[in-house]
Amino acid sequence: MIKISDTTKDLHTRYLQVLLGPSHPAMHGTVMMNVTFDGETIIDLDIDPGYLHRGFEKECEAHRWNQIVPYTDRLNYVSSIINNVCYAMAVEKLLGIEQKIPERAQWLRLILSEISRICDHCTCLAAMTMELGGFTGFLYFIKIREYLYELLESVTGARVTYSWTRIGGGRWDAPEGFEEKTQEAIKKTRPVLKDIHGLFDKNRVFLERTVNVGVISQENALAYGITGPFLRSTGFNYDVRKAHPYLFYKEVDFEIPLGANGDNYDRYYVRMLEMEQSLRIIEQALRRLPKGPVMIDDPRLALPEKKEVYESIEGTINHLKLIFEDIYVPAGEVYAFVESPNGELGFYIISKGGNQPWKCRVHPPCFPIMQALPELLRGHMLADIIPTFGGVNMIGGEMDR
Amino acid sequence: MSELVLNKLKARFPEAVLETHNQFGNETLVVKREAILEVMRFLKEECGFESLMDLSGVDHLPESPRFEVVYHLKSFKNGYRVRIKVRVPEEEPSVDSVVSIWKGANWYERECYEFYGIKFQGHPDLRPLLLYPEFEGYPLRKDYPHKKRQARIALLKPETR
Repeated sequence: MIKISDTTKDLHTRYLQVLLGPSHPAMHGTVMMNVTFDGETIIDLDIDPGYLHRGFEKECEAHRWNQIVPYTDRLNYVSSIINNVCYAMAVEKLLGIEQKIPERAQWLRLILSEISRICDHCTCLAAMTMELGGFTGFLYFIKIREYLYELLESVTGARVTYSWTRIGGGRWDAPEGFEEKTQEAIKKTRPVLKDIHGLFDKNRVFLERTVNVGVISQENALAYGITGPFLRSTGFNYDVRKAHPYLFYKEVDFEIPLGANGDNYDRYYVRMLEMEQSLRIIEQALRRLPKGPVMIDDPRLALPEKKEVYESIEGTINHLKLIFEDIYVPAGEVYAFVESPNGELGFYIISKGGNQPWKCRVHPPCFPIMQALPELLRGHMLADIIPTFGGVNMIGGEMDR
Repeated sequence: MSELVLNKLKARFPEAVLETHNQFGNETLVVKREAILEVMRFLKEECGFESLMDLSGVDHLPESPRFEVVYHLKSFKNGYRVRIKVRVPEEEPSVDSVVSIWKGANWYERECYEFYGIKFQGHPDLRPLLLYPEFEGYPLRKDYPHKKRQARIALLKPETR
């Protein structure tokens, strides 16, 4: 058999440099890849992110604590509620009130986070399968996402950028009949997931394009600081929800699906199984969801009822103070982290007292993965870039901030 | 938990550790700038910190020393987390690069360099990462104006900021 390298030696070919992106039909998210090819084989890859940089940290330093909540939405805009929750948890830690958050708010945060996680996995896998030519899969995934977006919309009033959490709880309670609606959506979701398993799990085209493509070893993944489904696909058991439980993850029963090879197929499969586990968590959480308020009872943090604002002087002043000055957070520094669909999402916040943060740094989970991408792709073919990049689930908003 | 690591480190490098504290369960250690590479290698090889989870700069204007580089380390084996800090003076903003210890530090250091102007000695490729090459100044420094714009092409209507 003639090796490719032998033939190129005879033919005196040159390496070809191709710029993929930043705006390319096959790239989701604006990112540029500077790829060096030998024929169709990838020799080297240089990633040039930053096209979506909008100065998140600088803006945070110029805004007040509660004004930052909508900015966090725009980090990972596919599962923005998880960003909201992580930010709120970080500031609540600084305030020392994490034990005083009403139980209903915490359970709702958990339920909405899990719904968001399924939405995120659906979006990632939909893009990945569609790029491999499986348009049916795309439609199935988006169908699931549509069921779930409706639930999120009914609670938060928005479809993509929710801004639902507040420091100290949540903005609104879930509407009446939320439990039944969610159960119905879960009932509708399960058969679709089964269909998708049937469509791709043993599909020859899908297997040939994903098995042993984009392989990362466990040591490499750890050296890069990769977490989430990417790390778990190599068989490493680390999930923030189990290792450092937050909210009520200690009290619900779920498993962590693990892969073995760390290739694209394993990442697909881990994400599929994780969706099933998220559905289980939601079901259990719905059974445990208590009645009660969703916002902490503290006039320094929570806005008063509208009736009080209009009818009492204390209410008016309280409202005015919170709107004009916002909350005050004591000096300190904290690193809070949650399990986002891509891995560990962290907020490193420094406060020097007052109503603005001194620094608000985000640790985006897809940052280390993108950094490792050249190593995953070297030696593969041009066409492998697209499904591997799809499986990374790079979110521009979070990567470039 | 992580205090074990702190004590081990203090015993091994009594002069390098300037300060320790524990706030909200985040074990923090301030290390001398000259000793950072040694300390980090010790943490990786003998304390089992496999991953660098995060690296960022902080500008403490008008304090002195002005800058800080903050490392968040994670040991999966023991479940420990520590935060290592290095103080960096304004006159000579440079730290030793830890890329040789954790490959993942590469992009974090590039990011920190472009936003704070802190140079990482020994970094293989210290280019800007997120900002464009023509960008002037270090935008996350506290003395960089929040409203300042650097348009790459001339605006039709000059902004009146």
